[in-house]
Amino acid sequence: MYPLLQKFSRLALASLLAVLSISTVSAKEITLLNVSYDPTRELYGEYNKAFAKYWKAKTGDTVNVEQSHGGSGKQARAVIDGLPADVVTLALAYDIDAIAVHELLPKDWQQKLPDQSTPYTSTIVLLVRKGNPKGIKDWDDLVKPGVAVITPNPKTSGGARWNYLAAWAFANKKFGGNEEKNKEFIKALFKNVPVLDTGARGATTTFVQHGLGDVFISWENEAFLAQKEFPGKFEIVTPSLSILAEPPVAVVEKNASKKGVTDVAHEYLKYLYSAEGQDIAGKNFYRPRDQKVAAKYTNFKKLDLVTINDPLFGGWQKAQKKHFADKGLFDQLYVPSNN
Amino acid sequence: MGAFTNSRALASARHITGPLPTSARTEPAWIRTTLIVITFAFLGVFILWPLLTVFHEGFSKGFGFYIETFKDPITIKSIELTLLTAAIAVPLNTVFGLAAAWALTRFKFKGRQLLIALIDLPLWVSPVIGGLIYILLFGRQGTLGPWLIDHDIQIVFALPGIVLATTFVTFPFVARSLIPLMEAQGHAEEEAALTLGANGWQVFFRITLPKVKWGLLYGIILCNARAMGEFGAVSVVSGHIRGKTNTMPLHIEILYNEYQFAAAFAVASLLSLLALITLFLKTYSESRTAQQLREAQELTTLSH
Repeated sequence: MYPLLQKFSRLALASLLAVLSISTVSAKEITLLNVSYDPTRELYGEYNKAFAKYWKAKTGDTVNVEQSHGGSGKQARAVIDGLPADVVTLALAYDIDAIAVHELLPKDWQQKLPDQSTPYTSTIVLLVRKGNPKGIKDWDDLVKPGVAVITPNPKTSGGARWNYLAAWAFANKKFGGNEEKNKEFIKALFKNVPVLDTGARGATTTFVQHGLGDVFISWENEAFLAQKEFPGKFEIVTPSLSILAEPPVAVVEKNASKKGVTDVAHEYLKYLYSAEGQDIAGKNFYRPRDQKVAAKYTNFKKLDLVTINDPLFGGWQKAQKKHFADKGLFDQLYVPSNN
Repeated sequence: MGAFTNSRALASARHITGPLPTSARTEPAWIRTTLIVITFAFLGVFILWPLLTVFHEGFSKGFGFYIETFKDPITIKSIELTLLTAAIAVPLNTVFGLAAAWALTRFKFKGRQLLIALIDLPLWVSPVIGGLIYILLFGRQGTLGPWLIDHDIQIVFALPGIVLATTFVTFPFVARSLIPLMEAQGHAEEEAALTLGANGWQVFFRITLPKVKWGLLYGIILCNARAMGEFGAVSVVSGHIRGKTNTMPLHIEILYNEYQFAAAFAVASLLSLLALITLFLKTYSESRTAQQLREAQELTTLSH
């Protein structure tokens, strides 16, 4: 009797273990942390659901993507300081380069995915109040006295760096490459900025909800979103020249491999390039890379766009050093206004 | 703190002179009325009105929507995190506050003044610094960072960091409420108990604790209010992972920034409600503390 009982219980234990191990193999629960910049809240809110559905159908696993949002530079800093991001989806390549410097991901991260790891693009436009009371048509109008301009702080916000560089590119064209005139233009522009928020969304709130400022230099997607949330209250002014804003994505290899989610993390970013991923980007006012999908979205105006790799800037490393580094041009040109 | 000193001054003033006789109020009636009206108007405009706006906005989409807000798992998580953080930080600071107040009022030693000043430190430095110091200590690039990573311990951008930052900013409240009270009470009763053969713990639980219980409660309430409402220090160490490391104040900001005004104000109204309950408890315990102080002073006067 006794040995039989022992044998039986051993069998029961073994089968229990077998059942447990099968169930863990057949339905894994995976958590990813996506550390992103400010205006992508709605985009990833929608995309995460779509990816979870796709991944469940493909593998049977449940993937739950957690989100963290903030100014791009601030977010990069948090990842460097130990925020355990599996993927980063930031406003510009420089911020991911900064993470690469600390060896959390490979230096050639931008070659891992198509289009320099940028699945969608945007540009910088000008958002004004209904009826455009100050008659804003182009960048020149922002340096006029009495025009209050809202833009976040280029030190902490990725969008603000694109804003600044777009204004610089415009000035450079207008003054035929006269650097001193460019500086004067930027100085005059920032003289009209009453407050510098740390992130793009904070600046949007300042302009849209707090009613501060006459014109808001904004991500195109933020401008469209503000229009959607407050129908009939704002108008988008497309300037004659702007910059092609490329917000890139990357897997934070060191964190993802430690957690054992490297494969899912890569698939998560790859799926952004799929027809569904591109469509979600378009729906959330980002310009899809896929031309077929992009053709569906006719609200994006064609305009002259310079890129960060234009000789005028020479890539993010150079641009960052010249304009935004400590004691760089921005520090020299920005004098907080008194109003 | 200010309120505390006031009530203490008030208590002693009443004890010495009693209520002022009417003839001592030299100001003419119109000055009194004007000052009272100004005070009420100021409170109304700067405190009551914004507070009512919070509730008004919270209910702007109807009662159903208000309730719906609190069914959102991310909102629930932020409330849980806030309560959990307070549930850890407040007892920690209570024990510390009691120990510190005990040590500082019972013993005279070198560096006592310095210690009192140090307890106040979190009140004087910006909460942002309260957060950053923990990033510098426990962050990946920080002093202890590499060791923590090797041992798979996550402090900043997780619950431990949030608790640490909260504990830091709420550090002074209990000790600060107890020190003046214990100083005024003196330790004659404790000494009597000791001579009658009580041991240290007996003295503490039967004499000291009952003597200061209202002051202690007052400190705990203040500490709790700040712990639940803290924004700056927690914001620095949170990492803002939604549904995970966002406390109520951080979650309110997020909702607001995502154009969900009614939901933001609904959560804000809950936080305000907690503050109002706190205020009520505080007022009650404050009056009881004042009474304890009065009794202590009467005792001192009698013995002289």
